Amino acid sequence: MYTQAMDTMREEGGQPALRTAEEAALQQRFDNRIDAGDFIEAKDWMPDNYRKTLLRQISQHAHSEIVGMLPEGNWITRAPTLKRKAILLAKVQDEGGHGLYLYAAAETLGQSRDQMLDSLHSGKAKYSSIFNYPTLTWADVGTIGWLVDGAAIMNQVPICRCSYAPYARAMIRICREESFHQRQGYDSLLAMMQNGTEAQKAMVQDAVNRWWWPCLMMFGPPDDQSPNSAQGMRWGIKRVSNDTLRQKFVDATVQQAQVLGVSLPDPDLRWNEATQHWDFGTIDWSEFWRVVGGEGPCNRERLAMRVAAWEEGEWVREAALAHSRKQARKEKAA
Amino acid sequence: MSTENEWPLWEVFVRTKAGLDHKHCGSLHAADARMAVQMARDVYTRRQEGSSVWVVRSDQIVASDPGDKDMLFDPAEDKVYRHPTFYKLPDSVDQM
Repeated sequence: MYTQAMDTMREEGGQPALRTAEEAALQQRFDNRIDAGDFIEAKDWMPDNYRKTLLRQISQHAHSEIVGMLPEGNWITRAPTLKRKAILLAKVQDEGGHGLYLYAAAETLGQSRDQMLDSLHSGKAKYSSIFNYPTLTWADVGTIGWLVDGAAIMNQVPICRCSYAPYARAMIRICREESFHQRQGYDSLLAMMQNGTEAQKAMVQDAVNRWWWPCLMMFGPPDDQSPNSAQGMRWGIKRVSNDTLRQKFVDATVQQAQVLGVSLPDPDLRWNEATQHWDFGTIDWSEFWRVVGGEGPCNRERLAMRVAAWEEGEWVREAALAHSRKQARKEKAA
Repeated sequence: MSTENEWPLWEVFVRTKAGLDHKHCGSLHAADARMAVQMARDVYTRRQEGSSVWVVRSDQIVASDPGDKDMLFDPAEDKVYRHPTFYKLPDSVDQM
């Protein structure tokens, strides 16, 4: 999920002037490879800005997976049945795994895992805006699976063709696993809508009402306000524009909502015969920027939990390292 | 920020089923070899993707330099006679 990095980064000044003829030749060769649809590997020459942009996007993507464990992890002990608990545990474990694949991909660009975590913990690095919303009821867990993971899949499938091969490989693995996440969420909501009490059905509708607009924001600002998109497209990091993905998500979701028996909280949502797409209402971008800027409902809580987990785990990390050093010394002596 | 206390990096290779090669599938951090195997199982084989894993310290892998790619691998390009399709045989024996 969660590739808002390109939209939330500040401009860091223009491309520095190339210094030497040799560098210009390398740049030319790189551009040709991108144009030919070639993949770039970790040890290949790449422009500094390409490296920096990717590092930011992949690490923030990784942070999103890890922080994304929190809203749902909140419900593991309170899942209504053993079946739902086992499913939720598996899903949250997957998110942790996805974070690890992505950290490993980001490390190939030359930044250590600890540096990336430090950026997250100090608030310098961002993660997806969506995880700063609270999970108030059990229906939120199913809704996250259906809508949040659904939006994530829409967003992530094109990254499987990213020009940076380690990222593309990680994304292929993630997308293979993500489909279960969306289906289990929908299945859980369906159980409530078809067999639940009136109160449970109302709970599902309430969850959908709260998550719908934040999910549309996950795709990032409109194309005409997304200044870094063009460069991302040029480099083959971004393949499909924010608005195109958002429209695709809305088109796919409307029918799913009908089958589920819930309404989507948008009075302007209607089928457009001319465009063959669903038109939808105006997104409140001031909310998006507020949440990205740290003023969402749960920003402080999420970050505080990550920092606490890191600090409270420090003695474990140190003890494991001390143990392995001791074993290595013993082996040497023997 | 120092990386001195970071657990070392390991490359993970997974054999999907008996009879096949171990294939590189990613990397992870672990304090020692035993922990690396355990974590490789959790991170890379949550859905029966493997029946065996290898882990190797990343700093122990020696790789060819991408800059040497042409020198190392291009010379084979014009040796088409190394492939069976180079030889045109009569139809009656072409199954050979």
